[in-house]
Amino acid sequence: MNEHLHLLIVDDEPGMLAGAVRALKDYRVQTLDESEEVRFEIATAENGEVALRKIAGECPDIILLDYKLPGVNGLEVLQKVTEQYPDVLTIMITAYATLETAVLATKQGAYDFVAKPFTPAELKNVVQKAARHILLARRARQLAEERRRIRFEFISILAHELKSPLNAVEGYLRGMRDHVAGEELAAYDKSIARSLLRVNGMRKLIYDLLDLTRIESGEKKRNLTRVSVTDIAKEALANLSEDALGRDIEMELESTANVEMQADRGELEIIMNNLVSNAVKYNTDGGRVGVRVLAGEETVIIEVDDTGIGLTEEEAARLFNDFVRIKNEKTRGILGSGLGLAIVRKLASLYGGEVSVESTPDEGSKFTVVLTRYPRSEAASMGS
Amino acid sequence: MESKQKVLIVDDDEDLLEQLTQILEGAGYEVRTAASQAEGEEMLLSIRPDLAVFDLMMEEMDSGFMLSHYLKKLYSDVPVILLTAVTSSTGLSFQESSTEARSWVKVDEVLDKPVRAEQIKSVVARLLSEVKGAPDG
Repeated sequence: MNEHLHLLIVDDEPGMLAGAVRALKDYRVQTLDESEEVRFEIATAENGEVALRKIAGECPDIILLDYKLPGVNGLEVLQKVTEQYPDVLTIMITAYATLETAVLATKQGAYDFVAKPFTPAELKNVVQKAARHILLARRARQLAEERRRIRFEFISILAHELKSPLNAVEGYLRGMRDHVAGEELAAYDKSIARSLLRVNGMRKLIYDLLDLTRIESGEKKRNLTRVSVTDIAKEALANLSEDALGRDIEMELESTANVEMQADRGELEIIMNNLVSNAVKYNTDGGRVGVRVLAGEETVIIEVDDTGIGLTEEEAARLFNDFVRIKNEKTRGILGSGLGLAIVRKLASLYGGEVSVESTPDEGSKFTVVLTRYPRSEAASMGS
Repeated sequence: MESKQKVLIVDDDEDLLEQLTQILEGAGYEVRTAASQAEGEEMLLSIRPDLAVFDLMMEEMDSGFMLSHYLKKLYSDVPVILLTAVTSSTGLSFQESSTEARSWVKVDEVLDKPVRAEQIKSVVARLLSEVKGAPDG
């Protein structure tokens, strides 16, 4: 995009002013990655007083400031600028190429200096450096703002997700307190069952949140050892066998060869448990869950498929983001934190891997996780 | 013996649906429930409730309005209570006190979630008595 930076040139020599304007008026600076280009809107001042007045009127981004000025001198202008407009980059023009002047100016907050006499190319160079500095700083600020916004959004949704089970349980308790369904205890069976379910859901949300925080902070000490992915898959199936049995869902580990990889056991357990528990949760009664652990030379592939409710393309596209829960007729009454697959995705990325899904509505879904089998230690210990 | 008055509740929050059912059944009404705008519309084709309670946000941001509009076209004199979580989630106040606003939103009462038992019971009773008290037409 064509953006302008405001440049103020302050010098008491008219020839010098005109020369600088000529050199810079059509000058363009690109960021190093060439994604942005800026031009300069140039203002001039022939002495310190005028300069300060112009700065107060419209604050420039960069000031080219002559060191020796009649009246208010360059250093005084510099001092005022650094005090009042700390974001402005000042480039001192020093008449004598003495180190002391440059050092003094830098100490007082000048960003850079250029010594007279200078060529147009030298002037452009020093302006280019300052302009790039400003563009980088802006980009960093935008990123920081974006991060803050995402954080805020996350916390808002989280607050809502925590409030919702509390409201539900509170509603049931009030109903029981007021005996709204009469004096028979059995009339409140559903209230109690739903309350317990919502409390469990809330606990799961908190556990998921802790997993997510640990992954994102990178603080948890990762313990990379040789682990059997096949064993972890067997354990995940065993953990969920009660839920599956209750709904007559058949589960099978379809690959029997022992596949090992270099990994943190806890992380692999989370990946496997989240995928298999989803395959049970979003299945149809009497359905089927298949798990396969496959070894490539440099990768390990985990596949979990189900005969469940499936996903539309649009649903699949946003599935792996934080707090995304697919809300429709088929998922009604199924509880979840909305963080499970986001966690799987983030964990997989620690192994240079990724998660994908293929799905047909009402037929089922297949989730595939590809992990680097022997992650290099520095990449693996990075944690983000 | 007068038969029980029928209340239709449509809300996609399973817990709220259960709690409102308990409250209104406890107060002596016959309660029918639906869990989505689509389900509610379908149900309205086969039953004519004496009063309806709709959640505002279900499949769509304005599902409650759509349902209310749909119901009033079928049975113009059936009172509707709209439940919203708008105030608590956005801080916006959503009150339609003026008659003009009421005719526009086509609901008879708007209640903020969470709804208290006494509150919903008294509003339901009041709206039903207003219908009864009105001359037939």
